[in-house]
Amino acid sequence: MPKDGGIGAATTRREDVRFLTGKGTYTDDIQRFGQAAAVFARSQVANGLIKSIDTSAAAAMPGVLAIFTGDDFVDVGGNPAGWLINSRDGEPMKEPKRPVLAHGKVRHVGDAYAAVIAETAEQARDAVEAIEADIEELPAIVDMAAALAGDNYVHDEIETNQCFDWGWIEDNRAAVDEAIKNAPHVTTLELVNNRLVPNAVEPRSSMAEYNASDDSYVLHTTSQNPHLTRLLISAFVLGIPENKLTVIAPDVGGGFGSKIYHYGEEALVLAAAKKVGRPVRWTADRTESFLTDAHGRDHVTKIELACDKDGKFLAFRTETMANVGAYLSNFSTATPTFLHGTLMAGNYTVPVIYTNVKAVFTNTAPVDAYRGAGRPEATFSIERVIDKAARELGIDPMEIRRRNFIKADQFPYAGAAGLEYDSGDYHALMDKLEQKVDRAGFAARRAASEAKGKLRGLGINTYVEACGIAPSNLVGVLGSRVGLYDAATVRVNATGNLAIMVGAHSHGQGHETVFPQIVGEMLGIDPASIEIVHGDTSKIPFGMGTYGSRSLAVCGSAMVRATEKIIAKASKIAAHMLEASAEDVEFADGAFTVKGTDKSVGFGEVALKAYIPHEFPIEDIEPGLEETAFYDPANFTYPAGAYACEVEVDPDTGQVSIERFIAVDDVGNVMNPIIVQGQIHGGVGQGVGQALLEGAVYDSEGQLLTGSYMDYTMPRAADLPFVEIDNSCVTPCTHNPLGVKGCGEAGAIGSPATVVNAVVDALQSGGKDVTHIDMPLTPGRVWAAMQ
Amino acid sequence: MTDISMTVNGKAVSGSVEGRTLLVDFLRNDLRLTGTHVGCDTSQCGACVVHVDGLAVKACTMFAAEADGAEVATIEGQANADGSLNVIQQAFQDHHGLQCGFCTPGMVMSAAALLKDNPKPTEAEIRDYLEGNICRCTGYHNIVKAIMAASGQDVGAIAAE
Repeated sequence: MPKDGGIGAATTRREDVRFLTGKGTYTDDIQRFGQAAAVFARSQVANGLIKSIDTSAAAAMPGVLAIFTGDDFVDVGGNPAGWLINSRDGEPMKEPKRPVLAHGKVRHVGDAYAAVIAETAEQARDAVEAIEADIEELPAIVDMAAALAGDNYVHDEIETNQCFDWGWIEDNRAAVDEAIKNAPHVTTLELVNNRLVPNAVEPRSSMAEYNASDDSYVLHTTSQNPHLTRLLISAFVLGIPENKLTVIAPDVGGGFGSKIYHYGEEALVLAAAKKVGRPVRWTADRTESFLTDAHGRDHVTKIELACDKDGKFLAFRTETMANVGAYLSNFSTATPTFLHGTLMAGNYTVPVIYTNVKAVFTNTAPVDAYRGAGRPEATFSIERVIDKAARELGIDPMEIRRRNFIKADQFPYAGAAGLEYDSGDYHALMDKLEQKVDRAGFAARRAASEAKGKLRGLGINTYVEACGIAPSNLVGVLGSRVGLYDAATVRVNATGNLAIMVGAHSHGQGHETVFPQIVGEMLGIDPASIEIVHGDTSKIPFGMGTYGSRSLAVCGSAMVRATEKIIAKASKIAAHMLEASAEDVEFADGAFTVKGTDKSVGFGEVALKAYIPHEFPIEDIEPGLEETAFYDPANFTYPAGAYACEVEVDPDTGQVSIERFIAVDDVGNVMNPIIVQGQIHGGVGQGVGQALLEGAVYDSEGQLLTGSYMDYTMPRAADLPFVEIDNSCVTPCTHNPLGVKGCGEAGAIGSPATVVNAVVDALQSGGKDVTHIDMPLTPGRVWAAMQ
Repeated sequence: MTDISMTVNGKAVSGSVEGRTLLVDFLRNDLRLTGTHVGCDTSQCGACVVHVDGLAVKACTMFAAEADGAEVATIEGQANADGSLNVIQQAFQDHHGLQCGFCTPGMVMSAAALLKDNPKPTEAEIRDYLEGNICRCTGYHNIVKAIMAASGQDVGAIAAE
């Protein structure tokens, strides 16, 4: 049993109290004396030539303080891509400039070409209506295949719509072609990984303040990683020195990837705050969120699985077109490549694998990492084609996976897609899943459904993901332009309580509760005496923030290392106090004791001594008790799981209902089970949303047809069941101090194929020759597939 | 501008608003009660749910002037008199019914309205009632569980490990 409130305890969250009483502080809640409002003029067309922008009438409107257009930002930098991908021929990817405001051309509906700063948001909105922009509409580039074939370009200067043509692993290409040519059985599947809108319920918002007395800025913004945002603004876009720019991400209402990135609105409000000499705030409305937040997924894929007659996998070959939208968002080029191609081995021993990804510019919103980011796409392709192969070969879906799993004694396992998995036990996960599913009872459940006129299906799926992003040396070789370590500072106060400043950012993950559980246990003190400080670049060490299921695995590891330094220094101080040598002092349960004696001094007494260093060995030990550690992981972490879903399909309407959903996940050691379960619930909710409900749809003119909550189907409470969760199969991560793997994305990665596999199984049971339906499996699509 | 007055969380308040000022903006900007959130422009997300004369209302869908003379309750007035969490708030904490917290005020206000009319709702009744409240973090699992617990139902067996 875990200690009370320590590692592994199901501690309820301390941060809940402020959220439950309306005392959270989100960016839009912050109000400054004299603040003005920014509202953007956004393109109504997907592709257009800006011929002129007349702001004179708008400037004369009541309350207007300033108006900006693209002309005001031609001399500053663009918002860069954070990852350089080289094409198969060695050529670097195309990187057209992404300006603060569109200049020359608008490239997607919602692309901002001007901004009004006014006393109130209403006045600014009125003035935006009075801007006269002469924008000549050009033919929109929407379909990826047409974009690659045509000579109408999103960015004229690069004379192509192909950002890159990437092969992974290029040296394996010929071997894979050969394996597929000679294989006894090849299963082929063409599929679409549907485009999604992240839809954090808090819209993006930014508030900038400028202090003319020292030429400094403070930006409050909805960010998952304030230091990264500051770095991008300082080093690439506006050139504000980092020491003159504080970026604060206060309470943030969900991110799911969409708030990793720097957006032009942040740069605009900073420039505006300086120009008008007042704080300036912008908050997106929901339509702006749909039009301008980075979207997710949007792959068109052909996958082939070669296997022998017994279903033993021989090769995977994948060709994917990945939409990057109109501009390269910060990690858009990493998502379909090194977070996708490297995962194409799944949980399996596969001799050779080859993945080709063509990234395509279109006149749509930028596409970037969204919960799972590349790994849901990999898992969906692999697990759908395996399910199809199992059906073709007459092998049970659990059995075909078991025949190909990496065995527990094969770890660490270097797979053919280039990653080395440190630990895992996929057979144990599948065994646990089978036990929970009750397959013996499925026939009776199916019969009961059929008696109601419904078709019942069982879907099985496994996944592995690469999390704890990421080892900097490795990702540097692969093209990353940033390091992906994290950092923590542990400050022991004189009276023995603590402040821990962390680079990770909590926007729902519960860091304020879980991090003190860990350090409290390490130091033998009450977690309630530890505060977590995050989100403010003027207070925290330079960390890379929260995404990629990395907070605990990377920042948590930095926190452990810093705490170990605290214990080491405190041991020396304690040894002095106890008149013993440091080697003879041991630390346990919050006390330093001379081995073999009852001479002891408490952690709090040592802290006090560190800050009131009377009779202190000042020549050997510095006063104070504060330590910082940076942690750069040795490898990714590899959470894995086995999922099952039972659906009922109404053959008359195509309506799908989820009757059961079972998630068996190995996320490594669990620090707080309720937090882990909550993360999996949420991930499954988003994955089921992708499978059944969600999809961003652009028409042929590049208009977003799903631009509000009335058109884009968000999962509601009645769309989802209670999720049965099991985290009892644990193979700890072998290379980080807590043995943790991460749990934030698992549900979103593991669930889409589970649901689709279940629906296909249901339709097959009803005698329908349906092998695949593209997501979302709306009633219309399912009904049409049955006809 | 129109002068309005109303009772918010038991206190008399007044202000001067434009005809187009929404109730949610009056609460957030004029009264600085920022616990009521805005997550959409189309009355779908429910982050702005408050009670007006005892009924759950989306405060983004009502003009401030329409609430002239009304009794308004917001998330800031929900805790017990001693400041402790009320039964619904406590159940949300106990059952991890919130993550980022942004939809939470609307969820709590909707749950309160539901339980007032239906003190022991079934799981299906809760899920149906929350049709107008969107949460992106929790998959609703622990929200539904918390509301069942707040209504005194045993939730120990729900999706147990």
